Amino acid sequence: MIEVNELTKRYGGTTAVKDMTFTVRPGRVTGFLGPNGSGKSTTLRMVLGLHAPTTGTVTVGGRPFRSRPRGLRHVGALLDAGHVHGGRSAAAHLAALARSNRIPRDRVETVLEQVGLAGAARRRIGGYSLGMRQRLGIAGALLGDPPVLLFDEPLNGLDPEGVKWVRGLFRGLAAEGRTVFVSSHLMSEMEHTAEELIVIGRGELIAAENLRDFAARGSGAGVTVRTPHGDRLGSLLTGEGATVRTEGDLLTVTGLTAERIGELALDHRILLHEITTRTASLEDAFMELTADSVEYAAGETR
Amino acid sequence: MTTALAPHAAEPRARFLDLAAAEWLKLWSLRSTGWGLLVAALAVLAFNVGKTWDNYRYWPQDDPGYADRFIADGIPLMHAFGTDAGTVMMLATGAFGALAVTGEYSTGLIRTTLAAVPARRSVMAAKVCVVAAVMTVFGAVVAGVSFASTQAILSAKDAGVALDHPGALRVIVASAFFAPVSALVGAAVGTLIRHGAGAVVGSVVLLLLLPLVLSDDRHWSAVLVHALPYAAWKRLVDIPYATEGVPYPWSVGGAWTVYAVWALAAAVVAVTTVHRRDQ
Repeated sequence: MIEVNELTKRYGGTTAVKDMTFTVRPGRVTGFLGPNGSGKSTTLRMVLGLHAPTTGTVTVGGRPFRSRPRGLRHVGALLDAGHVHGGRSAAAHLAALARSNRIPRDRVETVLEQVGLAGAARRRIGGYSLGMRQRLGIAGALLGDPPVLLFDEPLNGLDPEGVKWVRGLFRGLAAEGRTVFVSSHLMSEMEHTAEELIVIGRGELIAAENLRDFAARGSGAGVTVRTPHGDRLGSLLTGEGATVRTEGDLLTVTGLTAERIGELALDHRILLHEITTRTASLEDAFMELTADSVEYAAGETR
Repeated sequence: MTTALAPHAAEPRARFLDLAAAEWLKLWSLRSTGWGLLVAALAVLAFNVGKTWDNYRYWPQDDPGYADRFIADGIPLMHAFGTDAGTVMMLATGAFGALAVTGEYSTGLIRTTLAAVPARRSVMAAKVCVVAAVMTVFGAVVAGVSFASTQAILSAKDAGVALDHPGALRVIVASAFFAPVSALVGAAVGTLIRHGAGAVVGSVVLLLLLPLVLSDDRHWSAVLVHALPYAAWKRLVDIPYATEGVPYPWSVGGAWTVYAVWALAAAVVAVTTVHRRDQ
């Protein structure tokens, strides 16, 4: 469990993270989503105690991570696949990490097997592809068999087979009851990976909810209802808190589920000819929500 | 599906020894460590042996008392570890210390290290201990071999001295410890500058440039010079120490103190800087 509480980080005059509060729970994969420069990496660094928050607190398993003398058995983290020394072999890199946390040496072989790097274990990391480095970073995160795992953009540089493997791995780790927190700037990457989403933009929290609810936020989403009694149904649904747009005998309803609309119609004996749920793509929802919080936007395309 | 994981029960007690062992593994798993130290050792030896060989080659033929005066003037001990060799060793070991720290920063490895071991002071203390230990052995080997080889050459002219010669041991020990002192200064600069090239330049300024620009003919600047490791080493290997012509002479004990203070202060800087800053 990761608990972020009113977290703020300022560097000189710029505010990288502002008043952020969210909780990442065990047992599921939580995606951490935001455009480039939105404060994802800064937040993850604060979770790991690498950067000190200006105000607010972060705890992992109920304690600030920096208060623990050794970390690998509590949190496994892949912050950047490049955070290794190119002159060492994967085996040496992991052996030093394992030794620092008093993890038995044979664990190194185990995690190298697990990520599929056993064959390249004695080669210098400098000669690895980005995908191989991501695998090595994941191996390092798994070393201490920790209950909490953090991955910053772990899918970068992986081939399709690698992406599929990583998704399976994350789901497996979550199914074992671990907290799995995965960042990305691409919604499409999260679509088949995460169940929960934490969405941020310009250092501020935009949404913290499950994937389905998030997708429903996109303007393309809603329920389309065709009925000869448009006026009656429209006012009924508006009374229930929904937003209704009417075009002839077609109503586009947002804010209520198809089930609820069907129930209401039945209760009031309103005839429906058609009722369809339209799901917006996650990408749309993400783009819409973060549109005004993109730090480095490209020029308007015509 | 959600089962409570309790890894804490299985966690062994945190030991400093494991951190030192990890730093040791990190140091020797880089090929550049072994090669770098070998090249540095050979360079220092080359200066000492070269100067001695030069002296041996141009030995006065028709001066029977020359060897005795040579020994009485303390020249054999000057050859045992010359100023050029000392300067080269100081710069090489300073760079070694600087790179031992900045090697982690240039790659971002420091974040991996500190995420694995959040006890930053322990990590840096372990690194400082390993660097100091390796450098002490390096210094001892280089100083020992330099002494043995230079005196062996001079012995051919009956002008070599043995270990029990007054001051011989001090030359070896002071030169040996000059390596860890310089390396710790480099490591401290490395934690402050966090950039390989910048840290090496910073160490050169602190170790070499400062004593060169400060003169010892005024009291205040003599005090400053004497407070630097380079001057301390020169004072310790100056046997016999001739006070005439030296405006502000100082003691051997003072020089040893300078060694100790720099080593300790550098270690404290390295540990506290990393502890305090965002990484």
